[in-house]
Amino acid sequence: MTTRYTKDHEWVRLDGDVATVGISTYAAEQLGDVVYAELPAVGASFAQGADMAVVESAKTASDVYAPISGEVVDANAEIKGENWQIINDAPQGDGWFVKLKIANKAEFDALMDEAAYADYVKGL
Amino acid sequence: MTTETTSGNKGLQQAEPLIFETGHATGTGVDLPAPKGGKYEKLGGLGRKAALELPGLSEPETMRHFVRLSQKNYAIDLGLFPLGSCTMKHNPRLNERAARFEGFADLHPLQPISTVQGALELMDELAHWLMTLTGMPAVALSPKAGAHGEFCGMLAIKAALEARGEATTRRRVLVPSSAHGTNPATAAAAGFTVDEIPARDDGRVHLDDVKAKLGPDVAAIMITNPNTCGLFEPEIKNIADAVHEAGGYFYCDGANYNAIVGKVRPGDLGVDAMHINLHKTFSTPHGGGGPGAGPTVLSAALAPFAPVPHIVKKPTSRELREHAEGTQAFGRMCAFHGQMGMFTRALTYMMSHGSDGLRQVSEDAVLNANYLLARLKPHFNAPFGERPCMHEVLLDDSSIKPKGVETIDMAKALLDEGYHPFTTYFPLVVHGAMLIEPTETEPKRELDRFADVMIALAERVNAGEVEFFKQAPKLAPMRRLDDTRAARSPKLRWKPEANSAAKQAAE
Repeated sequence: MTTRYTKDHEWVRLDGDVATVGISTYAAEQLGDVVYAELPAVGASFAQGADMAVVESAKTASDVYAPISGEVVDANAEIKGENWQIINDAPQGDGWFVKLKIANKAEFDALMDEAAYADYVKGL
Repeated sequence: MTTETTSGNKGLQQAEPLIFETGHATGTGVDLPAPKGGKYEKLGGLGRKAALELPGLSEPETMRHFVRLSQKNYAIDLGLFPLGSCTMKHNPRLNERAARFEGFADLHPLQPISTVQGALELMDELAHWLMTLTGMPAVALSPKAGAHGEFCGMLAIKAALEARGEATTRRRVLVPSSAHGTNPATAAAAGFTVDEIPARDDGRVHLDDVKAKLGPDVAAIMITNPNTCGLFEPEIKNIADAVHEAGGYFYCDGANYNAIVGKVRPGDLGVDAMHINLHKTFSTPHGGGGPGAGPTVLSAALAPFAPVPHIVKKPTSRELREHAEGTQAFGRMCAFHGQMGMFTRALTYMMSHGSDGLRQVSEDAVLNANYLLARLKPHFNAPFGERPCMHEVLLDDSSIKPKGVETIDMAKALLDEGYHPFTTYFPLVVHGAMLIEPTETEPKRELDRFADVMIALAERVNAGEVEFFKQAPKLAPMRRLDDTRAARSPKLRWKPEANSAAKQAAE
């Protein structure tokens, strides 16, 4: 499965028409220890780029934007159970935020791939 | 190196536990005669059944507790307080003297208006100074802090939109990503939706970026000027014109007004509303030293909606218009009229400096910041350091982070050097920001002392003394606190069962 990235440091992995979304390893490192996160409710719908979640560290609080339009079909129970550390330990694995049922695959295809994102981060 | 002592005290620095931990059930500062006929006789069965668990302390114990705590406080009266975006300047004692005149200090807000004419004249005079300095035709004195002033301005904008019949269509407020966090929070609290203008590499807000966001649904833009990167926004007038042309209003965050007093009149820049932090720019105390005050100046377009009370001048007296009926006032911000004590201090500051003195204040504040920038630039990365700054110096940790030391480590090391740290990790648009605002208060020798300390710390980074930084602070009353654990599992209330020493004392 390919992973794609946004300029705002969300990642998306597509499995059929369900996209798993989280924040990138780079984003998690920049944030430092996460102390709070707020995930959307299952059933909520977001347009691409809309405020979808909030993540907060000792340093800062950031909005997490929907990298792709869709409806929330699952939210990470570990995070909902206040296991914030999982976001630092495995931001691109078990620390995923939500799963979205997507409406438009073209949005996914237009996002940065691994190499393009690595280049983008290098330039920051 | 610190030596562990038996008492926990270090030199004459006293270790001080919580009052609940030192207090004991039998101690008391006051001896009252035992009530006749038993303790709870007249309470009809409502007498106390268990111990109240208040700490019992004698008067000298109580005195010492609070004096010891006060000695742990860092204050502008102790030394340089470089907290960026906070304008921690000296509070002249002349202000305190004026605030304690009994004609101002001992008033009650409900006493007859004829007996408080002097106080009303003082408020009117302060309003006159604020309007003159900002070039604005109206001011609401009542907001009690910066964010409260922002709220006042945004409510005035909302009322103006309602009067235009556009309250339901104009819902979007533009806020640059470099803004103080209170700006988007205020817009949201006032019922608007927030639309962020992304940052550019030069730290400034660009006309093109604003224009791209403008539309018939935009209510206002909120911009801080000088901005949180310590830079004056050069396109501010054109941005204001574009926003007005699109039918929106321009809220200016006045938190950094200290840099431009007497130099720039916000009214000339097209500002519709701006709060003024009296506790920053006009030296009324803050940072634990007293309440804030955030009077909000308003343009001609917003003036009719200014909240009550209004000071109304009569031929021989002044009155307060306390009710909004018959006016377009959007309501009121608080009970009564605001922070009288701060009005007295701020006006004293203004009158003792005079208009030329106030201009010199902002010139000296900017000069001091640029002197620090010039001294520190060779040792730290200064993101926009190729140009002069306004009143604050923005550094980041990009040059020291590869060597293992981050902004937070620098801040902790400053504690050991006896300084309150600078503002850390703000503005958010700069990674690892260190924001330093010396204000005009500091003489050159103090600036040099601080710069010497910062440079010595930079040299320690270069020498690879990473552990020195990770261990800091070593000399402060508390060592490094676990920010993460404190945020993840906060203890917000002292509980007796959590502390065995207190339990023993109670027994």
